[in-house]
Amino acid sequence: MSRGFWTKTVFIFGVSLAAAFSLVPFLLFVSSAFKTQTQVTSIPPQWWPDFSLKFFRSALKNYGIMHYLVNSIIVAGTTTLVTISFGAFGGYALARLKKRWAHLILMGILACAMFPQIAIAGPIWRFLQMMGWLNTYQGLVLPYVALTLPLAIWILTLFFHEIPRELESASLVDGCTRFGAFIRVVLPLSTPGLFTASILCFIYAWNEFFLALLIMTDPARQTMPVGIALFQGEHTVPWGEIAAASFLTTAPLVLMVLVFQRRIVTGLSAGAVKG
Amino acid sequence: MASLEIKNISKRFGKVVALSQVDFHVEDGEFCVLLGPSGCGKSTLLEIIAGLTHQDEGTVFIDDRSVTNLSPRERDVAMVFQNYALYPHMTVAQNLGFGLRMRGMPSEMIGKKIMETARLLGITELLDRRPKELSGGQRQRVAMGRALARRPNIFLLDEPLSNLDARLRVSVRLELKKLHERIQTTILYVTHDQVEAMTLGDKVVVMREGKVHQIDPPQIIYNKPADTFVATFIGSPMINLFKGIMTEQEGRFILKAEDFHLEYVHGDLHVGNGELEIGIRPEDITVSHEPAKGLRATVEMVTDVGAEKYIHTKLGSTSLTAKAAKEESFQIGETISLGINPSHLHFFHDGRRI
Repeated sequence: MSRGFWTKTVFIFGVSLAAAFSLVPFLLFVSSAFKTQTQVTSIPPQWWPDFSLKFFRSALKNYGIMHYLVNSIIVAGTTTLVTISFGAFGGYALARLKKRWAHLILMGILACAMFPQIAIAGPIWRFLQMMGWLNTYQGLVLPYVALTLPLAIWILTLFFHEIPRELESASLVDGCTRFGAFIRVVLPLSTPGLFTASILCFIYAWNEFFLALLIMTDPARQTMPVGIALFQGEHTVPWGEIAAASFLTTAPLVLMVLVFQRRIVTGLSAGAVKG
Repeated sequence: MASLEIKNISKRFGKVVALSQVDFHVEDGEFCVLLGPSGCGKSTLLEIIAGLTHQDEGTVFIDDRSVTNLSPRERDVAMVFQNYALYPHMTVAQNLGFGLRMRGMPSEMIGKKIMETARLLGITELLDRRPKELSGGQRQRVAMGRALARRPNIFLLDEPLSNLDARLRVSVRLELKKLHERIQTTILYVTHDQVEAMTLGDKVVVMREGKVHQIDPPQIIYNKPADTFVATFIGSPMINLFKGIMTEQEGRFILKAEDFHLEYVHGDLHVGNGELEIGIRPEDITVSHEPAKGLRATVEMVTDVGAEKYIHTKLGSTSLTAKAAKEESFQIGETISLGINPSHLHFFHDGRRI
C-alpha cells in the first residue's frame, strides 16, 4: 500500500469521526421530532422515525411557538442589520487608519468582547430597567449589537484591508465621493466578508439564551431558545415538542448557511489588479 | 483638454522628502513623460495632481486655475494605474462607463460613449467580460479605455506598461503614441523606463529623489544631459564617465585623464582649468583593430546583443565601453585602439553640465 493511501484513509476516518461526534446529538433530536409519542419513550431507542408531524402540530398549537419564531426573527434580524451597518463603517475606518492606531483600537475592541456575560448581565439589566426597555425588542437588540460588534468589526476590517487602495483611488478619480467609493466599490467587493459576519452575528443572536431569559420575562416577547426552555411544565417534559421546536429553530440557520455558502465566494477580487 | 502647471510642489512623508519644489509646465495637448528611478516621487506627484494626496507646499494649476481645494471628482482628470485597478465586480462595459455614470450622464449617451471607446481601442468583443477573464494586455486596454471614455482634461498614466511582457510593451507603446496623435490630449506619463520616455514624450521631466533634474525634449535630454545623473540614467549601455583635468597650452586645450590625454580643439567651450567629469556615449567611441592610431585599450569583455556589440575595454584603470557593428569580432585581452571625437564629449563640474 502506498503512503498516500494510508494518509487518505486516516484522514477520511478522522473527519468522519469528528463529523459523527458533532452530528449524532443533532440527528437524534431531528429523529425525535418526527417520532410519535410512543416511539420517543421506547426502549431500546428507535433511530428511524415514522415521520409523523404530530409533535410539530402540537408545538405550533399547544405551545404557540410561532410567536417565539417571529420574535427571534425580529431580534436576530435587527441585531444583524445594525451590527453589520456599524461594523462596516467601523471596519472601513480601521482598515484605512494608520497601522499603529488601528491596531490599538482593534485590541481595545477585542478586549470588550472578553467580558464574561455574567459580569455584564447585572449592569445591562439595570440600564435597561432605567430606560424602560425591559421586555422590548430594542432592549435585547442593544446588548446583542454590543456583543456581536467586536467580531463583526474584526472580520470586516480584515476584509477591507485586502481591497486594493488603487480601486478606491480609481473610483475617486472617476468621480465618486469617499462615501460613494465605499458604497460602490468597497462594499460590493466585500460581500464574502459581509455575509460571513452577518451569518455569525445572526447565529449568535438567534441562539443566545442567557440575556434573552433575563431581559424578556414577558412570554409575548420571548425568543425561541427561551420559549423552548420554558416548555416543560411542573410534571411533564414534552420531549417530542421540544425536539420539533428545536428542529424549527435550527432548520432556518442550516438553510441560511447552505444558501449563503455559495455567495461566500472567496477570491471575488481576483482580476482587480495584476494577477 | 487643458494645460497643467506644477508650481513649487513639496511633499514629505514623516521624515522622508518625497518631492522638493517640483516645478514644471505641460502644454495643452502635450505628451509629457516623468522619468526617474523608482522611489523618486513621480507617483506621489501624480496622486497630488489627481487630488488623491495633498501637497505640503505649492500649487497645481489646470488651465491656469488652482485646483488645490478641489476634490479628485472636480478636477476632471483621468488616471491609469500601474496595476490597472479595474473594478472586478463590474463588466468591461460597466468599467468603461463608471466615470460617466458617476458624472450623471444619461444612460443612452453612456452606451454610445462606451461603444465609441471600445471601438477606438479594439475591445468591443470584451464588453461583457469581467476583468478576471481578461489577459494582461486586454486589462491594460480596458484601463486606458476607462480613462478615455470620459475625455477628461488631463490624462495621468502611472507606469501603465510595466505589467506587460516585453513584446506587448513595445506594441502597446506604439499604439499609445498613435492614440495620442489621434486624440491630441494632454498626457502626463510616469515611467522608470528610459525607452518609453524617449519614444513617447514630447517633453521629458527627469526626476530623482523628489527633485527635478532636467526638463527638455528627449533628444536634448540625450544629447545634452544637464548633469551626471541624467547622463547616466539615460542611454544603454551607460555613458562612460571619467575624471580629467583640462589645461590650456598655447591656445590648445589638453584634457588629461588618469591614463591618457586628448586634445580638445573646440575653442568656444569655456570649461576653465581644473578637475572635470567627462562623459562620452559608447556610440561616440570608434573601435579599430589597428593599435597604432588612437588610444590603446585592452578588451575586457564583449556583450553581443545581436544587432550590435558592446566592447568593454580598459585604459589603465579607466573603463570605457564602446559600441561596434555586429559584424566585427574582438578577442578578450586583445589590444585595440579607441577613437574619441572630442566634439562629442560632455563636460561636468560638480555633477552639473558645463
